[in-house]
Parts: sequence; structure tokens; C-alpha cells
Amino acid sequence: MHIHRYEKLWFGLSLLLIVGFVATVTFGAVGAGIKMVDDSGGTVDVDKIAGGNYEDANFAEPGVRQVDSGEYEAYVVARRFAFQPDPIVVPENSTVTFYVTSPDVVHGFEVVGTNANTMAIPGQVAEITVEVGEPREYGIVCHEYCGSGHHDMEGLLRVVPQDEFDGGSQ
Amino acid sequence: MSTDTPSFLDRYPEDAAIVRQAFLVSFVALGLGALFGIVQALHRTNILRIIQSADYYTALTAHGVLLVIVFTIFFLVGVYHWAITRSLERTPANRTFTKAWLGLMSLGSGIAGVTILLGFVPQIDISADVLFTFYAPLQAHPLFYAGLTVFIIGTWLAGADWFRTYLQWRRDNSGERIPLQAFMVLTTMVMWYIATIGVAVSVLFFLLPWSLGLIDSVNPLLTRTLFWFFGHPVVYFWLLPAYLLWYTVMPKIAGGRLFSDPLARVVFVLFVLLSTPVGIHHQYVDPGIAEGFKFIAMTNTMFLLLPSFLTAFTVVASIEHGARQRGGTGLLGWLRALPWRDPAFTGMALAGLMFAAGGFSGMINAGMNINYLVHNTLWVPGHFHLTVGTAVALTFMAGTYWLWPQLTNREIYSRPIALGQVVLWFGGMALMSNAMHVSGLFGIPRRTAEPQYTGFEFETAFGSVGELNIQLALGGTLLFISTLLFLGNLALSLDMPKTSGMGQTLPPALSGPTDSPRVLDNLKLWTAIALVLVVLAYVLPLGAIIADGGLLGSGGDAYPALVAHGLAVLPEAAGEAVARLLGVIP
Repeated sequence: MHIHRYEKLWFGLSLLLIVGFVATVTFGAVGAGIKMVDDSGGTVDVDKIAGGNYEDANFAEPGVRQVDSGEYEAYVVARRFAFQPDPIVVPENSTVTFYVTSPDVVHGFEVVGTNANTMAIPGQVAEITVEVGEPREYGIVCHEYCGSGHHDMEGLLRVVPQDEFDGGSQ
Repeated sequence: MSTDTPSFLDRYPEDAAIVRQAFLVSFVALGLGALFGIVQALHRTNILRIIQSADYYTALTAHGVLLVIVFTIFFLVGVYHWAITRSLERTPANRTFTKAWLGLMSLGSGIAGVTILLGFVPQIDISADVLFTFYAPLQAHPLFYAGLTVFIIGTWLAGADWFRTYLQWRRDNSGERIPLQAFMVLTTMVMWYIATIGVAVSVLFFLLPWSLGLIDSVNPLLTRTLFWFFGHPVVYFWLLPAYLLWYTVMPKIAGGRLFSDPLARVVFVLFVLLSTPVGIHHQYVDPGIAEGFKFIAMTNTMFLLLPSFLTAFTVVASIEHGARQRGGTGLLGWLRALPWRDPAFTGMALAGLMFAAGGFSGMINAGMNINYLVHNTLWVPGHFHLTVGTAVALTFMAGTYWLWPQLTNREIYSRPIALGQVVLWFGGMALMSNAMHVSGLFGIPRRTAEPQYTGFEFETAFGSVGELNIQLALGGTLLFISTLLFLGNLALSLDMPKTSGMGQTLPPALSGPTDSPRVLDNLKLWTAIALVLVVLAYVLPLGAIIADGGLLGSGGDAYPALVAHGLAVLPEAAGEAVARLLGVIP
């Protein structure tokens, strides 16, 4: 097969670029430790979540709880057309793990302007762990079409000073 | 532009009619899709709201399905029917069969399209407000899934028709290399057969029975994953006809010929192999799929850049060759020698340029971890309006300016308007897509009628949301005007006088097929390898999804919960739908 030498050069550089991209993403995953949303959140029974039987479904009452020093977990239900709890209140400079599920259709959960971003799929629990910094408020939007009121589906994440955090679930 | 060559219409009148009919459906869908497009562009930016926000999603569904299913795929079957007929110099063995697949595709699109549009009519309990992705448990009326099924069966038969033509050609030409255009058609269809397995299983085994009430629930993650099994390769189904035009037509228009036939074959083989085992990259932030599967999809996706990089080289080299044939000189001075006044050339060149930009934003999407920042924001439609919305759509329009006279023996009504039209599309898309990308970086979500929230405001690093909205709406308006110019120019061309000598020949490549190893033409081998890659990429994740969530999920309702439609009410509903529609759509 005759291949022009410029074309061979181009082919080689393209491959190098591709390998470079894969290496960068791999570094992000392994080196910088950016974990992908995966199957670690497990599955839940949709009807039980819809009926509010969170304990039965191996989920938890929507809310924020402390699990360790500086570590919190936030159980979030994304439903047509609101997030529970709203607002989600967490203390400053902490590590927060969100567990997000849906009792009805597919929703999105995006803390606006950050990389805290996941899908909420009925029957599945999305688990994402993020670091929060100084006190401030973030918007939360549903970024997957979920029905005629989709554009009204919003929430709030309030990062509050330690002394204003009431220490437990809402 | 008159030549001594007989046109496609002169040589194959019945096939020219088939191509024209496919283009007709395609362009009707383009016009309707563009109408819904401008409605959305003005609505979500809060510049003009002529529909209720709840109806925005009906418009969005229609925009998506009409443009990326009907417009693109009908254009594909038209251009592919032209390509296989002219490159093999053979007409279909059975004309009725050809008409049957075109008829089935049209029927299926009609049923699905009407079902979607009935979402605007609250008096009728029929709708399909499920967007192009139709994620369960959002549920459409059974007619939507049925229409989709009929449409896809039509495309399968189209492929069968072209393979049959090829096999007959092969009997008379044993030992010959497959002509390049025919090779492109056949490899694309191999990819399509593999890709559509996903959507066929999803619709036939789950969504259609579920919408008919035969099963109570579905596993939303499973049907979603099956959708993306199909949903990524379908983007190459849109793109490959554009590639066919870039490789085989554009060098000729530029005044030269294709640089390398072997590399073109390699590119199409790479698409057969890599298009499908990447769909999970649309699900990077889905729960229920292990990180390893996402990593495999990411790696495969990055390697899919390779055929596009090779295309960039070959196409640019071919054009440069053409320019030098036309007297162009210098390191970059040859660019001036290109036929920039030819709308077919300029349209394809601008489309290619925008595809490069779309490729870069696509690499961001493909970057598993950086995708967190842009996933499902307006960045994503910003990206695909560069790819399918320009690289594909603008190439199709430009290609039409070149092909239409050969299908009708009539000149295009106005080439200056055509030139203005393609430039306007480029300018409009530059504005709209830029605004979408930037809005996405600020977290503004896609698929949202009113991205204005009560509890917070989007923070911009520069400029303001208001400025971005104006830019988006202005771009959308220019695109709509460009579409009208395209359709109007084409409609006026129907009245142009019949002229002879509209035929065009396509010169052979500088480096011909005999320069490549014969194994490239071994379609069975590539199909087998592609299937193995699909099995490797999908068996484990699909198995895990079924094992964890069940084949039919864990219950849950359908939204909107339709009143118990049985099979019995379908004919009645369809009749009512058609009757109402006549009063609804002018």
C-alpha cells in the first residue's frame, strides 16, 4: 500500500495525540483521583422510593448526615419537579457524598458551575463525592428533560459556616 | 457548466426519481425541523414565546426527530442510491422492492411524525413528548414506537437492496475491486445493521410492548443503554454520506481528484469497527455502570478520532491538488485558486472547517472526567450543531446544489443565492454554537424551556447570560433564514427550463484502489471483527445492568400514564389523528 510520507507523518502525529488524550484522561482518573459515577451506589426498589419507604428500599430519608469528622452524606431524591431536601445544607470545608435517586423518570442533578453532575435514574443510586469550600450558595438544576414542568425543577445547595450547621438531617 | 456527459437522469431515469423522492421527504423534514428550531431558539432565550413552555418539549421532540432521523436519513438513502447506481452502473434488480423500502420509510416517519405533532393538540390523547432519546419511563403513544420500527425496517431493506445490486455486480466482475462509492455505501450499511440491533431490541422487546400494556414496567437503565448502543453509531450514519461527498465529489469540484483511494477505504473500515463499542460515553455519569466499562468506551472513542484525522488530511490534500491544477501556487496561496464562488464547494469547505471545531468540543465530551463539567449542559447541543448541524447538514445542502441538476436536468435557480445561503449558515452557526458552548460552561442546562430559575442566577466568567441569549437567538434566526433560502431556491429550480448536458463525471483517485491490499474489501472479515468488538464492549455491562436491576426493572409508573390503549383502539386512533391533522397543519 503506497502511503505518502506526509500522510505517514500525519498518521503518526494523530496517533500520538490520541494516546496523549487517553493518557490525560487516565491521569485524571488515577493520578488526580477523579472517580466516575459507577455502580457503587447500588439499586433500589422504585415503588418503595416513590411511596416514601426509604429504609425498606435501602436508601435513607432525604437529608444530610455527618458520617465522620468533616465527612457528610446527603441523600437526595430527584422527583418531578423538585429536589428533596431543598435546600441541601452542608457545612463549609467538608467532604460530601451525594446519593441521588429518582422515584419516577430520569432526572439530572447538577450543582451549577461545578463538576458535581450526575444522572438520577429510577432504580439506581448515583454516588458522587465532592469537596465543598467556603460558605456560599449554589443552584441545583435538573438537566434531563423529565416532563412538562422540567424547567421549574431547581434546588439549592447552601454551604454554611460550621457554627450555623445544625449537625444533622433536616 | 454544461458537459457532454449524460446526466444521472438521462442514464437512470427511474433511479433519479427515487433519489428525488427521498430528497423531497428529507427537505420537507428540514423545513419543519428548522421551524421548530427557531421557535426554540427564541423561546429558551426569552426573546419571543409563541408557545406554552409545556409545549416546548413537543417542539423539541419534533425538531430532533425530524432533523436527525428524517432529514438526514432520507438524504442518506437518496445519495446512497445515487452512489451505488452510478458507481456500479447498475439499477436495482426489482424496482418494486426499491419503492417498497422508500414507502416503508416514508410511512414510518409519517406515523411517528404525526404522533409527535399531536402533542400540540390537547383534545387528542396521543403524544410522544419523549425527545429524540425517548428515555423510559417517559412514555410515548404506541404509534410513535410503531412508526419508528417501520422506518427502521425500511432502512434495513434499503441496505438489502444495495447489497443485492452489489452481489449481482460481483457475479459479473469477479476479481475486481469494489468501486469506492459502492464500498462506502456497503460499509456504512454494515455499521447500520450492527448499530440498529440496540434500538430494535429496546423498542420491540421493551418499549412497544410496555406502551401497549403487555408488560408493566421496563428497566430504565437497560433501555437507555440499548438506546446509546444505537445512539452513537447513528451519528456516523449521518456523517458518512457527508464523508462520501467530501471524498468523491468535493475534490472534483475543486478541480482535481481524490488523493488516496486506499486511505478512504481504511477510514470507512475504521468506522465499521469503532462506531458502536463507544455508546457508553454518553453515559459517563450514569449510575449502575462500572467505571471500567466507561474507560473502555472512552478509549475506543478517542481512537475514533483517527478516521476523522485521516479524512482531514486526505480531503485537504485532494483540494490542494485541485487548486494547483487550477494554477494555484505557494505554500498557502493555492487557497485563492479554489472555486469559492461555487456554492457546492464553499458549502462543503465551510462544513469541513466547522467539523474541525466540532471535533475539538467532542474531545472535551469524550474526556471522561472533564465531561462532568459539561454533561447535559447547553455545551452539548453546541457541539452537535457543529457536527450534525453543520458538517452534515451544510454538506448535504451544498451537495444538493451539485447533484440536483443531474437528477432533474435543470439548473439551480440562483447560484448567488445558494452561495449566500451556505455562508449565512456558517455565520449563523458560528454565533449560535459559540453561545451554546459558552452557556454550557456556565452550567446552563440543555433541553430546558425556561432556563431562568427563581432561587439562583447563573454566574458568567465574562459577558452576561443576556448577551449569550441574544447571540444564540440571532444565530438561530440566521440559520432559519438560510434554510428558507435553500428550500426556496430549490423550489424555484423546479421551474427552470430543461437543459441537456447536466452530467458530471467523477475522476479516479491519484492513488487508486489497486494500491491497497485486497483485504480492505473483505466485508465479512470487518463485520466479524466489528461484532466481536461490540460483544466485548457490551455483553458485560448489559449483563450487569440486567443482573442488578432486572430485565423489566423494579416497577414504577409510566409518564405520562396513558389511558389503557389496547391494540384495538389503534386503527381508530390513527384515523382520528389523520382527520385532526388535516385541520391542524396547513
